[in-house]
Amino acid sequence: MSDAHRRPPTPFALPPLTRRSALRTGVAGLAAVYGLAGCGDDGDSGSSGADGGGGKASGTVSFGSNYSDPVPKKALQTVFDQFTTSSSVKVDVNTIDHNTFQEQINNYLQGTPDDVFTWFAGYRMQFFAERGLAGDISDVWEKIGGNFSDAFKDASTLDGKQYFVPFYNYPWAIFYRKSVWEKNGYEPAANLDDFKALLTKIKADGMTPIAFADKDGWPAMGTFDYINMRTNGYDFHKSLMAGEEAWDGPEVKSVFETWRELLPFHAEGSLGRTWQDAAQTLNKDSAMYLLGSFVGQQFEGQAFEDLDFFPFPEINSEHGQDAVEAPIDGFMMANSPKNEDAAKALLEYLGGAEAQNTYLKSDPNNVATNNQADTSGYNAIQNKANELISGAKQISQFLDRDTRPDFASTVMIPALQEFIKTPDDIDGLTKSIEEQKKTIFV
Amino acid sequence: MAVDAASEPKVTRIRRRKAARLTLRDRLAVILMLGVPLLFVVGLIWLPTLLSVVLSFTSWDGIGGIDTIEWVGTRNYQQIVEIYPPFWPAFRHNLYWLGFLALVPTTFGLLLAYLLDKKIRGTRVYQSIFFMPVVLSLAVIGFIWQLVYAPEQGLINNILGTTEQGNLIDWLGNPQLNLWAVLVATAWRHAGYIMVLYLAGLKSVDPALREAAAIDGASEWHAFRTVVFPAMKPINIVVLVVTVIEALRAFDIVYVINRGRNGLELLSILVTDNIIGEASRVGYGSALAVILLVIALVPIITFVARTFGDEW
Amino acid sequence: MSSRTASTALPRAIRRPALGRPRFGVHAFLVVAALFWLAPLLWTLYTSLRPYSETAEHGYVSLPRTLTFDNYTNAWTQADMPHYFLNSLLITVPAVLIVLFFAACVAFVVTRLSLRFNVAMLIVFVAANLLPPQVVLTPLYRMYLEIPLPTFLSENGKMYDSIVGLIAINIAFQLGFCTFVLSNYMKTIPQSLNDAARVDGAGVVRQFFGIILPLCRPALAALATLEFTFIYNDFLWAVVLIQSGAKRPITSALANLEGVFFTDNNLIAAGSMLAALPTLIVFALLQRHFISGLTLGASKG
Repeated sequence: MSDAHRRPPTPFALPPLTRRSALRTGVAGLAAVYGLAGCGDDGDSGSSGADGGGGKASGTVSFGSNYSDPVPKKALQTVFDQFTTSSSVKVDVNTIDHNTFQEQINNYLQGTPDDVFTWFAGYRMQFFAERGLAGDISDVWEKIGGNFSDAFKDASTLDGKQYFVPFYNYPWAIFYRKSVWEKNGYEPAANLDDFKALLTKIKADGMTPIAFADKDGWPAMGTFDYINMRTNGYDFHKSLMAGEEAWDGPEVKSVFETWRELLPFHAEGSLGRTWQDAAQTLNKDSAMYLLGSFVGQQFEGQAFEDLDFFPFPEINSEHGQDAVEAPIDGFMMANSPKNEDAAKALLEYLGGAEAQNTYLKSDPNNVATNNQADTSGYNAIQNKANELISGAKQISQFLDRDTRPDFASTVMIPALQEFIKTPDDIDGLTKSIEEQKKTIFV
Repeated sequence: MAVDAASEPKVTRIRRRKAARLTLRDRLAVILMLGVPLLFVVGLIWLPTLLSVVLSFTSWDGIGGIDTIEWVGTRNYQQIVEIYPPFWPAFRHNLYWLGFLALVPTTFGLLLAYLLDKKIRGTRVYQSIFFMPVVLSLAVIGFIWQLVYAPEQGLINNILGTTEQGNLIDWLGNPQLNLWAVLVATAWRHAGYIMVLYLAGLKSVDPALREAAAIDGASEWHAFRTVVFPAMKPINIVVLVVTVIEALRAFDIVYVINRGRNGLELLSILVTDNIIGEASRVGYGSALAVILLVIALVPIITFVARTFGDEW
Repeated sequence: MSSRTASTALPRAIRRPALGRPRFGVHAFLVVAALFWLAPLLWTLYTSLRPYSETAEHGYVSLPRTLTFDNYTNAWTQADMPHYFLNSLLITVPAVLIVLFFAACVAFVVTRLSLRFNVAMLIVFVAANLLPPQVVLTPLYRMYLEIPLPTFLSENGKMYDSIVGLIAINIAFQLGFCTFVLSNYMKTIPQSLNDAARVDGAGVVRQFFGIILPLCRPALAALATLEFTFIYNDFLWAVVLIQSGAKRPITSALANLEGVFFTDNNLIAAGSMLAALPTLIVFALLQRHFISGLTLGASKG
């Protein structure tokens, strides 16, 4: 189509244009840079008004929640209602869906966070506390500290101060359906050799021994963690997570080698499957599943009663079955909350036995952290989980909570998926992880 | 119709130039009319782009002020190219994306446009059907196709009968297949878009040209190849640029399906992986963004030069 | 664009041999293609009409025993859809109006007034439209945290996490395309109209509002329908720049329907259909405008 209109040739002078827009850009750029400079002050003010406990809590406290599923959401709301009745402080809940909340946490905390928000214990919490994005709630701990074991206090502390209030936790273990195992005559295994024998037997019977899913990238971390802790011990695992051990050393390589031996017994096509779908296969096709106790959410009624678990088998007798992977979910306070007194009152309440009891009534897959909580209403799994956790010598939080978030998501997720796809090149894989680790844990 | 400036009588031209001297009020109006939109575009797009380029030479976790930004030169780029495992796969995937889009839905859209350009019954209905995916959000498209591709419950597998463990076709989970599966879903949308562009293009081809070719006795294909297609050169350029830009922009559909992992890595995904999310490797992510920018500048400059070149 | 009367004047007999292909083949091809095209959408519609219990028991690919609108009512209430639809409207409508206004302003200045940097301006706008959005993310996020807004525009006083902020970035990103299309269109409006107005004493503003803008109505209508769709369907900006769950537009709020522990595909299917409804309606009603909008942009090579 020919041009309907021809413009007269304009004497086009390039230099004045670029100078003008360059000037404009430069000024705007300077302004933005000064604007960015303003950000620096937010970071290191720590918690404002350190003597929180003095004032009487009132008004409204805002709460950022990732309890987006209908059941936990309702359960939490019940807890808040009780809190409001007893304290006359209103709770304004801002719910964001689970995954997005976690992904946006950086922006969230630097933007306009709610006074109190849901989060996890472990390095994942310390990472933000270290950068001044969380409020110091040691005074709250002075009141509630007596009801928590040392392990929980440790998980909530950074440099002697507390930043986190535990709510509930749940263990990772190998789950199975009792009726299916009884019918086929399977018995839980306590060490690696028995475990392999069991897996071989199950496979020969035509079932998929271990259900498996890693579409979301994080479930496979549970397998890595346990094999590592059983083979090399909790202390090695901790320092590996802190970036202090070599990933291409013999210890980590042996973890992958063990995993490679077990991989043929895992379900195929795991990278396209979600853990929810994998859990469903426990009803028919698969014999067991290494997952957190939240797997119970996929089962109802009879099926739920039929669930049972056993701890991950021992690999190295030096470490036995000492360590348990039991992530803790809880709450933190923002760096400069709008209503600090109310925020601390809410945190105190949430750390109390009453709140935990109320919540767990609707969400029976987790276990309370407060040692005053009422365990009489626990179902079989909860009791067993409670025993497992209290009897554990060491408790780990799960790979993506025990290490730097950027390492977990940009390095480990793709690396583990790569391993599941091609388990043969362990040398190449571990070397790549080590190289990337060095660029992150500078 | 507008007048060709060169042929305007000299008097009118002088009058126009004189009249172009604007009153103060007019000058103010022009400044506002041009300045305010310019502020939006420069402030919200060009300036951040520039800052991204600057940030790509730094290492910063996005938390804390300017004083925590560390200058590292080209280290980010080095690491991306040498030790970042998803980078080269993502690069390749963007290339496949481009190649596929250019070859398949673009030609299919052209074919559809050609067929629908003839006055056949129901052409309006067909146009609507083929164009409809374009108005859907990519997030919705991602969900729709997940229902189609689901391993055990999806439409395709159930039609093919491949739903059992053993002969299961994992369209979205198998890294050899999933990129192509997603490309089909993208083509579903892209073809309609291209079809409409070519419908306009075909309308703009002088019918006399087509008749001349028809009378000559040339076969339809020959007429198309030698007469019609070259006559649509402006549209072809637009189609090419649109296809390249779409290939580089690909993000939503892959993000919705599996966050862009396991065979669905793309450069845009890598950028957001490092910038959004807890990871927050701002310098690193900015370097990836700059790489994406540099690649995108090629079609952009081509288009701009081609479009505005004669007026330069 | 010449009319087609010239071609139909030729006797059919002469044109027939050159065509060769029987009409039937073309129709068959189109019908098959159209069915394949509709299949995914129809499948989602079908899934959305089935109750969860039925598909859980018999699988998704099964004949229906009951069809129900329950999923729709659930999606509507459970996902609080009216609220998110309102958010989408609050974002889309102002953005479309402002973008068109700004684009018309710029197109006017650039085409009507012989200023020296016209072409450069157009380039600045058009090229901005073609950049990948990821390039802009982090600095934009930091800027949004810093720019203060009066509280009647944004309750937290910042551009971040505000609907105004979303509107602003959508405007910025769509300006290039609209400016390009409108400037092409305005070039076809004779300069003599302007001159006549100027002689009559009309200033720039009067010329713009009184003459040019009304003449651009077809182009504006076309662009309005296109822009409505583009901005309504935006996903990335809402995810990055909005933090409060309650402020999200419908496209990103669909994620609320996906539970972490429990995913009801039928529900999400219904939700997706509902979310797509406005654009489908706009498309059905204004299809002509849609297509002319796209082709206006393409008509100048």
